[in-house]
Amino acid sequence: MEKVNSAAIKDKFTALYRQYSASICAGMPEPMNRQREAAISLFSERGLPEKGCERYRFTDIMAAFGHTYGYAINPNNETVDSKKAFRCAVPGLDTYTITVANGWIDAANSTIPEGVVATGLADGAQSCPDLFAQHYNRLAAVKDDTTISLNTAFARSGLFLYIPDNVTIDKPIQIVNILSGENPLMVNQRNLIVAGRGSQAKIVFCDHTLSERQFLLNNVTEIVMLDRSQLDCYSIQNLNDHSSQIASVLIEQNTDSQLLANTLTLHGGFVRNNLEVLMNGPHAEANIYGLSLPNGHQHIDNFTYIDHAVPECTSYELYKNVLNGHAVGAFGGYVLVRPNAQKTNAMQSNKNICVSSDSRMYTKPQLEIYADDVKCSHGATVGQLDENALFYMRQRGIGEDEARMMLMSAFAHEVVRTIRIPILADRYAEMIENRLRGKQAACGDCFMKCDKRG
Amino acid sequence: MLTIKDLRASIDGKPILKGINLHINAGEIHAIMGPNGSGKSTLSSVLTGNSRFTVDGGEVTFLGRDLLAMPPEDRARMGLFMSFQYPVEIPGVSMVNFMRAAVNEKRKFNGQPALSAAEYLKMMREKSQLVEIDSRLTSRSVNEGFSGGEKKKNEIFQMAMLEPRLSILDETDSGLDIDALRIVANGVNKLKTPETSAIVITHYQRLLDYIVPDVVHVLYNGQIVKTGGKELALELEEKGYDWIKSEFDNK
Repeated sequence: MEKVNSAAIKDKFTALYRQYSASICAGMPEPMNRQREAAISLFSERGLPEKGCERYRFTDIMAAFGHTYGYAINPNNETVDSKKAFRCAVPGLDTYTITVANGWIDAANSTIPEGVVATGLADGAQSCPDLFAQHYNRLAAVKDDTTISLNTAFARSGLFLYIPDNVTIDKPIQIVNILSGENPLMVNQRNLIVAGRGSQAKIVFCDHTLSERQFLLNNVTEIVMLDRSQLDCYSIQNLNDHSSQIASVLIEQNTDSQLLANTLTLHGGFVRNNLEVLMNGPHAEANIYGLSLPNGHQHIDNFTYIDHAVPECTSYELYKNVLNGHAVGAFGGYVLVRPNAQKTNAMQSNKNICVSSDSRMYTKPQLEIYADDVKCSHGATVGQLDENALFYMRQRGIGEDEARMMLMSAFAHEVVRTIRIPILADRYAEMIENRLRGKQAACGDCFMKCDKRG
Repeated sequence: MLTIKDLRASIDGKPILKGINLHINAGEIHAIMGPNGSGKSTLSSVLTGNSRFTVDGGEVTFLGRDLLAMPPEDRARMGLFMSFQYPVEIPGVSMVNFMRAAVNEKRKFNGQPALSAAEYLKMMREKSQLVEIDSRLTSRSVNEGFSGGEKKKNEIFQMAMLEPRLSILDETDSGLDIDALRIVANGVNKLKTPETSAIVITHYQRLLDYIVPDVVHVLYNGQIVKTGGKELALELEEKGYDWIKSEFDNK
């Protein structure tokens, strides 16, 4: 990738915004437009985060911006063949499907569960004005990560999803994010999800590219979980290896809410995930898992920030990496326990295997605990495959490659088994095995043509 | 079955085996005894192909083939099995999948089709009964959380599943109470046929009360210094190893 400097990027996007602000605001709701100025000001003041700063210790975000990308103010005519979109569905998994093409909802290829609002942002602000105005950019505005500010300034496309109070969605909602087109493209998708009181849903995000162009997906997803809501968020990241992805998921959990988040990163040349959870009501519980399997020259950085702001909440984190080739992995796990957050339970674990001698893993647990009656633990390991186990397996007649495969799959299994949709867990296992075998990770009959990836 | 000629091996440049000669016929059980550090476990590691050890010379023929030229998995597929002194725990790999992979790799090597799920499960059931292993153990991850005795029983169960031609039992008696020892030895005896052979590596005589050897060798300082019948084991039990040491250290 080209070497770019932060000042050039800062000036470029600031100028772009100034020039097109009228078009960027056109047709968009006031709660979005009124936030743009502050966001672009912050961005033009600070630019992108520099490598080495607190949150980006091991990752140079410029790597994601090292191409010239186009930016679409309005949806282009890229449409997804409906037959193809259907084939993207998890085999055997009965879901509601929302297709999103280059950031924009493709309503013709979507099935929306009854009783739920699932629309673009402008429509969302119209159908649920109070909810939208109350929550849009509430969690994001206070973050000082300027990739988020950049999204806030430019965002037009994305998804508003509202699950009303006490609604249980019977089937998982699969959100298929497709990037396609013949030119490099930057997409600033912005999503707002509000899970009403006592609501229950399982959401599966799938991020795909349909062409070999360079894409930069700079997504921000705000998720508000009201009291007693239960949400499973599975995310499968599978962009082509020329593309970059910055995925910021900002979650607020209120009283008695339960979150399960599981992020699987297969492909994507540069991936930075920011998963931030604000524990904002007692007895909230967050279970957060991540698995990355980088190979080649992939760079994958998972940053998590768990803010225990109130007493008696539980967070459990497990992130694993299996690194091959020249891949670089990073994990940053920040846990903040505020002074009044007594009886907090916070556990964090990061385990990594560097299969190849050229792969590298950086890990940085960071706990700041200001309450005195808490249970907190953290641990991080980086190692190789167990040579004794390999020999033991070979002595039983299992070939070396197969033995390695079995050990890597076993290592990954600890994350896969947390999935609460059995068919999805099977598919994960299949994709993981294919990825580890160096084959393409997409499932057998997927139309995504991921097998062209180098 | 197995012929070892002048086998020499070292670890990190330090010679351990200094010229081993041994011949085992089909149907024979050979015991290899000797004091700590004499090279017993090194011999089993070299025969099974553990790459931590370097072969410095000599040759080993197994069923007519050059054993040392083969990778560990091919030695196993040909019918060489080792019961490990310290069986390895493999979290996340279930016994069922582990053994299915091993059994089918061996069948493939021998030109046989893979077992169907039903055939395989039937085999698991029969063999676990034969060696008196709790079938609940076979539904867990390989050796994970097993007691010392359970691990050793699990080794014999795997031996039953793989039906080896030559089994090396490396200190299988270490850490076993008398009941577990009896179960393990019974398993080995039940699996014995006129076509199979075994090398029983042990420090003590007591295992040989249950698995009766045809030949007993004493390994000392990397060489076989004495060979005899089963009465040699009794003599060692009575006198200890010091008389062997003094006899050879004075040479």
